Amino acid sequence: MSMRLPLKPKFVVGIALVAMALAYMIYAGVTQSAVYFVTPAELKAAPKVGKAYRLGGMVEKGSVSWKPATLDLSFKVSDGVESVVVRHHGTPPDLFGEGRGAVVEGKWSPEGHFQATQILAKHSEEYKAPHDQSKPGYQELMKSLRSSQ
Amino acid sequence: MIPELGYGVVIVAMLLALYGGVASVVSARTGRTALLESAQHAAIGVFALVTCAMLLLVYAFLTFDFSVRYVAMNTNLATPYYYRITALWGALEGSIILWAWMVALYTLIIIIRHRHNAREFYPWVLAVMFGVLTFFLLVMTIPAPPFERLTPIPANGRGLNPLLEDSGMITHPVALYLGFTGFTVPFAFAIAALATGRVGDRWITLTRRWTVVAWYFLSLGLLIGGWWSYHVLGWGGYWAWDPVENAAFMPWLTGTAFLHSVMIQERRRMLKLWNIGLVIMTFSLTLFGTFLTRSGVIASVHAFSQGSIGAFFLAFLGTVVLGSLWLLAWRWEDLGAEGELDSVVSRESAFLLNNVLLVAATFTVFFGTVFPLLSEAVRGVKVSVGAPFFNQVNVPLFLSLVVLMGVGPLIAWRRASAENLRRNFVWPVVIGLAAAAIIFALGVRSTLAVFSLAVTAFVSACIGVDFLRATRARLRVGEGIFPAMGGLLVRQNRRYGGFVIHLGILIIVVGITGSQAWSVQREATLQKGQAVELAGYKFQFDALSARENGNHFLVESTFKVTNGGAATRELRPAKKFYPQEQSPIAHVDYHLGWVDDLYMVLGDFARDGSQATVKVQVNRMVSWIWFGGLILTFGTILAILPDRKKPA
Repeated sequence: MSMRLPLKPKFVVGIALVAMALAYMIYAGVTQSAVYFVTPAELKAAPKVGKAYRLGGMVEKGSVSWKPATLDLSFKVSDGVESVVVRHHGTPPDLFGEGRGAVVEGKWSPEGHFQATQILAKHSEEYKAPHDQSKPGYQELMKSLRSSQ
Repeated sequence: MIPELGYGVVIVAMLLALYGGVASVVSARTGRTALLESAQHAAIGVFALVTCAMLLLVYAFLTFDFSVRYVAMNTNLATPYYYRITALWGALEGSIILWAWMVALYTLIIIIRHRHNAREFYPWVLAVMFGVLTFFLLVMTIPAPPFERLTPIPANGRGLNPLLEDSGMITHPVALYLGFTGFTVPFAFAIAALATGRVGDRWITLTRRWTVVAWYFLSLGLLIGGWWSYHVLGWGGYWAWDPVENAAFMPWLTGTAFLHSVMIQERRRMLKLWNIGLVIMTFSLTLFGTFLTRSGVIASVHAFSQGSIGAFFLAFLGTVVLGSLWLLAWRWEDLGAEGELDSVVSRESAFLLNNVLLVAATFTVFFGTVFPLLSEAVRGVKVSVGAPFFNQVNVPLFLSLVVLMGVGPLIAWRRASAENLRRNFVWPVVIGLAAAAIIFALGVRSTLAVFSLAVTAFVSACIGVDFLRATRARLRVGEGIFPAMGGLLVRQNRRYGGFVIHLGILIIVVGITGSQAWSVQREATLQKGQAVELAGYKFQFDALSARENGNHFLVESTFKVTNGGAATRELRPAKKFYPQEQSPIAHVDYHLGWVDDLYMVLGDFARDGSQATVKVQVNRMVSWIWFGGLILTFGTILAILPDRKKPA
């Protein structure tokens, strides 16, 4: 069977050009927007200023500081080995909390902390068992909100 | 009792589907019509059984039968009845039932519509449909059983994910699955074409409406998903290039390519191999998407439940791809083109370029989505590429596609003459350039926005020129203007349906351009009575209150929004506290407008009600996206109307 090209050479050249342009755009896109997944230990081992990271770990208990007036949020992300100070300008997302998992995207700042541009919230189809409504947190919240009206 | 009954129904349905598949293949090979009759009965039986299984599950939901694990996982006693019905597809197992039910329904419609008009393909088409059905029913028996029994029976269920308690979530999965399963039909015909060796354009003509409908539902599913993301998730966007979104977007891209490339085969008898390849790719991508999002190989914000289901889908995907490739190799000799592309300046090459660009976009989305896997395998580091990558590579591709949307339908077949180009494109180019100048004069300095809007104007003008010319031709034969226009739409419904769909896409492009270029946002913490200003609007914090609200507790803020002393509007962004959830859930409040959407999210609040932290957004032209979806709907209806003979 002779392999005959189904297209005239000029079309083959055209498609090749599109493919090359695409390859270049993808290459440029990847080099410019690559985000590296790291754990706090990996980040601490070799932090590079200006490189984009996605840092995952647990929000350390007692480390969260949130100042509504200035919208400054700071907390520590830990993997049990190392912990990294993360700063963020903006309200913490709903699913954010101490002792929970968090993934933050941002850069290592020259001042020696992680400057987050985004805190990623995880939506889940799966649920925790209904937590006890008599638990102090929930009750207290309702009470304090009711009395404030 | 329901778990055992449901499980039994599923197993019988699976065996029946398996039988139907075998009977169809044997009848296809031997021509025994009795077996084909029997396969048809099997299809009716499978449909009845899957319907029965679905109703059983709905019944279990309505009666709070928590002995069914799936019911206990996705509802509780506080779930309202309509969400108890739609909870059917609130998670994986129920979605698979719905999926199987749709395939069974489509099989039934094939029997009704194509029993006589597609005799040559019919047994093979049935065989493929049965094959797909058997797979989904198998998934329902082993890795994702919707009727699994839960012991001990809990007193209450866990409840539906509050984020899914929304009208968008009722309709989004249905539309998406109708789209996904819809592509099974052209796929089945493509396989039948290969099996019978009749790879001409007959199978394409037969499946044209199927493809258009599947494509439409997929588009609708994507749009509703965007709407849900926009008004529920509270980040103010509608598309994030999340793996789950990409999974649905890839088959949309190849499906769009297919819709266009078939026209070249019908007209010029070329691209036979390409068309079959595209349909196989589209169907495979629907499976790949499910594998990707359900196997947990890619981290997504959706984070669906995981299990062995990924392996099942991967195995089925492998079977489909390898089987199809084998058939293609077997029929290789028959798939050659009868015509040839002549000129670069022709409708064929515009369509060819359209296809190359759409496949390039598909590859880009695929590459970006699986990139973390690739980089980990190749370099041992986990690297992902985010939205900037997808935008950077895809925006030029999509804008080129928009340009082709104007050029393709008007340029001549075979070889466009200078006269043809002049006649069709002088005015649109002038209008496009004028639009660019006006937009620039209005103060828009974003090159991308100016270019995108100018291109949109160019394409609209192309459509307008064509429509006006055709209308004028009818006026000349003495028709009134409105009968002429209406007559055109109905008589050339396929062409003008396509144009209306293009208009819908253009409107969506304007919405995307406007919202990307001009939306603004800011965050602020306000004391009672204080206001934050954004884009000429003043958002004043008036009150914070709390109350029980059905199945949750609601903390609601009240904002007065004014715009230069004119009309006052009230927005009430809130936070919902569900007893079954660890975290509160933001309830976005918004006011939609043709230009400005006012959009507020309550971020944080002081418990004494004196202070609130809010995110305020003025999102531009987002409504055009939803409106474009409506136009898309009209276009689709027009495009699938029965062909009209010219009136006598």
